[in-house]
Amino acid sequence: MAKPMDQYKWHELNVGCVIEEVGNAMEYKTGDWRSQKPVWNDAKCIKCGLCWLFCPDAAIYQKDDGLYAANLDYCKGCGICAKECKPGAITMVEEER
Amino acid sequence: MRLKSLELYTEHPEYEFAVSGHRACQGCAEMLALRLALKVFGQDTIIAMATGCMEIISTPLPTTSWRLPWIHVAFENTAAVASGIESALKILTEKKKIPRKDVHVVAIAGDGGTSDIGLQALSGAMERGHKFTYICVDNEAYMNTGIQRSSSTPYGAMTTTSPPGKRSIGQSTQKKNMPKIAAAHNIPYVATACPSYPFDLLAKVKKARMTNGPSYLHVLSVCPTGWRIPSDLAIRYGRLAVRTGVFPLYEVENGKYKITYSPEPLMPVTEYLKGQGRFRHLTDDIIAKIQERVSTDWEDLKFQCGVK
Repeated sequence: MAKPMDQYKWHELNVGCVIEEVGNAMEYKTGDWRSQKPVWNDAKCIKCGLCWLFCPDAAIYQKDDGLYAANLDYCKGCGICAKECKPGAITMVEEER
Repeated sequence: MRLKSLELYTEHPEYEFAVSGHRACQGCAEMLALRLALKVFGQDTIIAMATGCMEIISTPLPTTSWRLPWIHVAFENTAAVASGIESALKILTEKKKIPRKDVHVVAIAGDGGTSDIGLQALSGAMERGHKFTYICVDNEAYMNTGIQRSSSTPYGAMTTTSPPGKRSIGQSTQKKNMPKIAAAHNIPYVATACPSYPFDLLAKVKKARMTNGPSYLHVLSVCPTGWRIPSDLAIRYGRLAVRTGVFPLYEVENGKYKITYSPEPLMPVTEYLKGQGRFRHLTDDIIAKIQERVSTDWEDLKFQCGVK
């Protein structure tokens, strides 16, 4: 479990700043960056997977029924999925905060 | 259906080597390109990455987004460190210190770390013939430090160090042709790619992975932040760059040129330039110059490929 940087003492860091936990950036939830989120219209979704393919944050996943949804812990709300969806099944909805 | 077609290129279509939680801007096509490319390289890969957008957003200490061995190198020596890793693996294997394993070395740097400060190291590594892949992720400026011009910035683009005004049109020099420089070193594989054409990118990464010698991939990375476009248009502008001929997709295998995606008839360059904030100061005569240069370069490329 990584701590925020300012809580590390100099001797707690590894030599060469080697990070031993693989992929521990997942501890940082980028989901609170967004101001809009993608919403799927399951009737229009053709399960092509383009939204999953084009997401820069790998924040889209396929559900068990084959339809797609965004992992709201990490989705930054860029809107690429909505723009690239061929049948127009994704709409970007303002986040209420 | 999607998984089936990805299986042609990778044994890990679902596994993410570049995980969420990285600090890239919203809509960063550069991160998308690397996310897709790493699926092809697989687990037996060592990455050497130069200072730049990709390095800092993926590994702010003490976290890392990479699920692969990864080393941060100085701005100018990506190719040098990659050469060293490749040589070290060879020697350790010969001396039986590590088991014989097909580990691929990938050097990743931005356009600043490749065409500017990293050119010397890259040229040396290509000349020595190390078996590695060099990926230049080109967002056409020094984006990490706040959008300064590089030699990969296109003609007429606005950056903070090529600002347009009464006496300046923006960037006054043409974009440096890095794939041509790489091809001039006679390395076995050179290609240009764009994440807006993901399967083309994956096929080229696969070819680079299988090359017995240096390979060079030049990836156009649309940067919504630096190019001043809405974050959801990153993929669309990559497509426009290819379809207007501004960034043709081709590969050079052992000196033989081949266009891998033919966008003929080319769309007019204004389709690509309009809507980008960094080009909004362009006057018609500058646009005409850009169009002429794009058309000439496209005809030259076709001639080189033996296409009429």
